Amino acid sequence: MTQTSAKPAYNMTESAESSAMGAMETVLKPPMPSGSQTVLEAPLRMQVRNLDFYYGKLHALHSVNLQITANRVTALIGPSGCGKSTLIRTFNRMHETVRGTRLEGEILLDGEDVFAQDVTRLRRRIGMVFQRPNPFPKSIFENVAYGLRINGLPAARRGHLSDAVEHSLRRAALWDEVNDQLHKSAYALSGGQQQRLCIARALAVDPEVLLLDEPCSALDPVNTAKIEELLFHLKQNCTLVIVTHNMQQAARVSDATAFLLNGELIEFRPTPQLFTTPSDPRTEAYITGRFG
Amino acid sequence: MATAPTTAEAAGFPWGPRALIRRVRSGDELARLTTLVFALVVVLLAVMLVEQLWTNSAEARHRFGLAFLWSSTWDPVFNQFGALPFVYGTLVTSALGLLIAVPLGLGAAIFLAELAPRSLSDNLTFLIDLLAAVPSVIYGLLGVFILVPLMRTEIQPALKRALGFTVLFQGPLYGIGSLTAGLVLAVMIVPFIISVSREVLLAVPGDQREAALALGATRWEATWKAVVPYARTGIMGSIFLALARALGETMAVTMVIGNNPRISASLFAPGYSIAAVLANEFSEATGNLYLSALIELGLVLFLLTFVLNGLARLLILLTTSRGSVVQT
Repeated sequence: MTQTSAKPAYNMTESAESSAMGAMETVLKPPMPSGSQTVLEAPLRMQVRNLDFYYGKLHALHSVNLQITANRVTALIGPSGCGKSTLIRTFNRMHETVRGTRLEGEILLDGEDVFAQDVTRLRRRIGMVFQRPNPFPKSIFENVAYGLRINGLPAARRGHLSDAVEHSLRRAALWDEVNDQLHKSAYALSGGQQQRLCIARALAVDPEVLLLDEPCSALDPVNTAKIEELLFHLKQNCTLVIVTHNMQQAARVSDATAFLLNGELIEFRPTPQLFTTPSDPRTEAYITGRFG
Repeated sequence: MATAPTTAEAAGFPWGPRALIRRVRSGDELARLTTLVFALVVVLLAVMLVEQLWTNSAEARHRFGLAFLWSSTWDPVFNQFGALPFVYGTLVTSALGLLIAVPLGLGAAIFLAELAPRSLSDNLTFLIDLLAAVPSVIYGLLGVFILVPLMRTEIQPALKRALGFTVLFQGPLYGIGSLTAGLVLAVMIVPFIISVSREVLLAVPGDQREAALALGATRWEATWKAVVPYARTGIMGSIFLALARALGETMAVTMVIGNNPRISASLFAPGYSIAAVLANEFSEATGNLYLSALIELGLVLFLLTFVLNGLARLLILLTTSRGSVVQT
């Protein structure tokens, strides 16, 4: 803990060079200056720079640097309490709902500081799905339409609410299961369906980034597999960030993986590399199951 | 069950007197029976109450029949009794009370549960709970000495100037009357609405609020369009609790309603409620018919409460049938 906070976050490109790997090397960018790290070759959607986060006096995140690549899945892994959920909740400023928190550093969305923006607009651009399915006590249709109703429909879709709902349900791979019961309670759905409904609800406002905070931790393997498959399709028009405590899941769904430990970003690399040739002994210890 | 006791016994089921004694001794059965008796006592009390009201009102029921309900004459001297002015007064004052107390109470509950810092919320709630425990005669005294003069000199003239063209705000300004009674009732029931609604709102899972916020809702939108709808059933419960209190409130209403058994469209006019007439006239009721009529009024109040509660439950069922929390 003591030596960590002063040190800049783990420098991705440097370790990638030293790892002397073949296949994934090609997707790495050349070294970037001063603390920013790019893992995947694609436009950047979000950048986290020197992020420090405090719950009261508890220093929960230590100068985290992270880059989220557009149309890719970025996974945040680490043991319980490592700060991965805290980190993802800063992306759409959901941490502001908790009293007594303090944040230092910068988070950029498409180059713009998220803290300089109107928070409701920001959250329309960065959607979020939570650990436990949390549909509203309304019908399936009204759940998906909720975000459109409070935000006002995009002009092109005005008057076509049901089209928008159908589109979102299709994107969340739920349409075929619920198209004949749109006006039934969302609570009548199974847990896995409810979680996909929450994804559809988040997608309805057409976010650029979708944050998923352990979206499968309350689901069985079959429903987990469905959501994982869904993520694979979603990244074509959306940037995804997923927090998971399940390393296999990170390995299956993500393009880049960040490993956090005690509020520190230990290692951030393309997923295949992180899991095959971790450069930090702590990452290796974690992924081989020695702790966490 | 009774067809195969022997096989059951052979299979080791706890059957027969010995097993029963064992189960009674083990506590479960004992607890079940004891609590069942307690629960039945409540039902028994209600049944006995209705039975007493029913038998003791026999004379008035036979004399006036159902016309008792819609006759508006109340004349003990000529033995003419009708319940309508009292039913009307009870409903009007309760409706006024709810009309004022519901927005006030819900607004305060939302502030306490959603917006106020927790320590402020807890302290204020403590005070509000104290208000709910103040005896109703105190509210009646406050009504008589503070509200009635204020109504006569300030509020009623202002209302008359502004809304005097409607039939509701006409007539002489006494200070006392249905409007004043409704106001006192509102003050009395608002603590119930605040206290219960606040608890219900606090019990709404945080993830409901987060879901709305994450979709780009403002704090108020998250409260009004996610948290409050989730708590809707409980909030309605608090309103019906308040309604039940308003319908049966006796002392405070008696002191300010004016005690005049006449139906008047104006809210300024003195009226009467069922509970108030029972309190005022029961001790001086001379003659069996008079007493019997008063008891029938009690029966009417009981039924009114019963019916309104039934309607309230129906309303909750109807409005929550789709996408409800209750339905799983």
